[in-house]
Amino acid sequence: MPINYYIFLALALFCIGVVGVLTRRNAIIIFMCIELMLNAANLLLVAFSKLYTHVSTLPTAGSDAQIFVFFIMVVAAAEVSVGLAIIVMMYRNTHSVDVNFLNRLKN
Amino acid sequence: MNAIILTAVWGIVMMFGGAFFKQKSTPKYWAIAGLILAIIANCAEVYMQKPMVAIELKGMLDFTSFNLTFITIVLVCTLLLFLLNGRDIEKVGNNVSEYFALIFFVLCGVSIAATYNTLLTLFLGIEILSIPLYILTGSDKRNLKSNEAALKYFLMGSFSTGILLMGIAFIYGGNTGTPTFYINNINLGTGKLPVMLAIGLVFLLIAMVFKVSAAPFHFWAPDVYDGAPTVFTSFMATIVKAGGFIAFIRLFEHAFGTAQQQWQILIAIITAATLLIGNLTAVFQQSVKRMLAYSSIAQAGFMLLAIFAINQFAKEGIILYTAAYSLATIGLFAILIKMSDYTIDGFNGLAKQQPVLAITATIFLLSLTGVPLTAGFQAKLFMLMAAVNDGRQIWLVVFAVLCAAISAYYYFKIIQAIYFKENTSAVNQQWDITPAFKTLLIITAGLVIIIGIWPSVIIDWLYY
Repeated sequence: MPINYYIFLALALFCIGVVGVLTRRNAIIIFMCIELMLNAANLLLVAFSKLYTHVSTLPTAGSDAQIFVFFIMVVAAAEVSVGLAIIVMMYRNTHSVDVNFLNRLKN
Repeated sequence: MNAIILTAVWGIVMMFGGAFFKQKSTPKYWAIAGLILAIIANCAEVYMQKPMVAIELKGMLDFTSFNLTFITIVLVCTLLLFLLNGRDIEKVGNNVSEYFALIFFVLCGVSIAATYNTLLTLFLGIEILSIPLYILTGSDKRNLKSNEAALKYFLMGSFSTGILLMGIAFIYGGNTGTPTFYINNINLGTGKLPVMLAIGLVFLLIAMVFKVSAAPFHFWAPDVYDGAPTVFTSFMATIVKAGGFIAFIRLFEHAFGTAQQQWQILIAIITAATLLIGNLTAVFQQSVKRMLAYSSIAQAGFMLLAIFAINQFAKEGIILYTAAYSLATIGLFAILIKMSDYTIDGFNGLAKQQPVLAITATIFLLSLTGVPLTAGFQAKLFMLMAAVNDGRQIWLVVFAVLCAAISAYYYFKIIQAIYFKENTSAVNQQWDITPAFKTLLIITAGLVIIIGIWPSVIIDWLYY
């Protein structure tokens, strides 16, 4: 399969993520959309990695991108733990996870 | 390397120490001791040109005297913050030791972001720097404003991380040579950038602009800085922002330096927008904390001039700007924390009640404005010289000078309140100020003036 398909798939996922972050009002769903963006990047990295393994004669070509993906997963997990804790803290105080609550700081 | 290892280890020590410290003031002394240790170790690395323990890094981190000087400045500024506001950190909540631990982790992230050599370490540095900050922002758990700030910062921060990663993936895939993450080996080709590299560059630019809170992605900054506990705002607005800038300048110098012609106009527009929006909105603020948040956006606009130009002046200037801006802002926040009233009226008649605070606050404000004989003047001068030497968009220099003139208005409004207005408020301010605090403030103000007269005390370190 040409690499273009993977690029367009990753871009589509990324765009769904971005649109979701910008339009949804539920903190958890925004959060899921952010995860979607991260996974779009993962997919793209793996696709490129596979491409270069085929193209290059070096046996290790492209493996650094796959290692990068593991780093992204670990960091995403750390981010999830912190983010969910923040959302829970917010929920305890306001009994809602709606980001429309976030307007009190404006004035 | 020493600084990265020591700050990470000391963060863990502080984290577990929290279970054993009986008194609430113990963690502060441990944190100060650890920071002094880290500063000494970092200076030793500059002298000896090699780290204490040899670790095979495969060139993923790069320790030059430029990077190490930056780390020294960051550590010294944090030390000043701990000494000035250690007691205020204790007042934020019950988990004092953890706050210090998180600050150490942020310092570790800043050190990585200042020395990275691959896009992987850039990503790790930025994340290690950001994630503890989300927690610090929300550390005032009962305060709704702090919660909101944390949630907003977290959502915006991880959103920009997603963009950063997408940019990295495109840079990796679009590379015209062998695919690589090493920023020095990225092959941009000649002539116009290929589409994938251009997309990657724009994504990385957006993500970095998010992190340093420059326009048009600055909207989170005032809310987050306003909502976070004031001590941590002081930390965020100075040290972390400087860390973001050093990562930004490193990325655009090493990875995209050869295509400077093509992205320079983008940076010029971002710089102009940041300067304009930061300064104009700061004029209308009543709360000094919020005004300082907008002024930090305005100062970020000046720092962006270094990324616009990327030459010798710019690199010296960003170090100088970090020192000048961090010292002045940390000092000003230290005074602000002691106030019961955060509005400009709260400063009325300060000169009569607390002359030492008044005079040091004046020096800090003059430095932020960029009046000669203060560090802020030298820093701004270096930035403008960098842009002039670059010589491509001279209108930007004129614009920056005009914006510096606007900034004088809101900084001088506070000076006016300090000296020429009577305190009419009914609230009787309780001053919780020790002689040690005053001495430290005077030392900080002294540093601001010394750097203003002899900027070479810092710049010489770059060529050690």
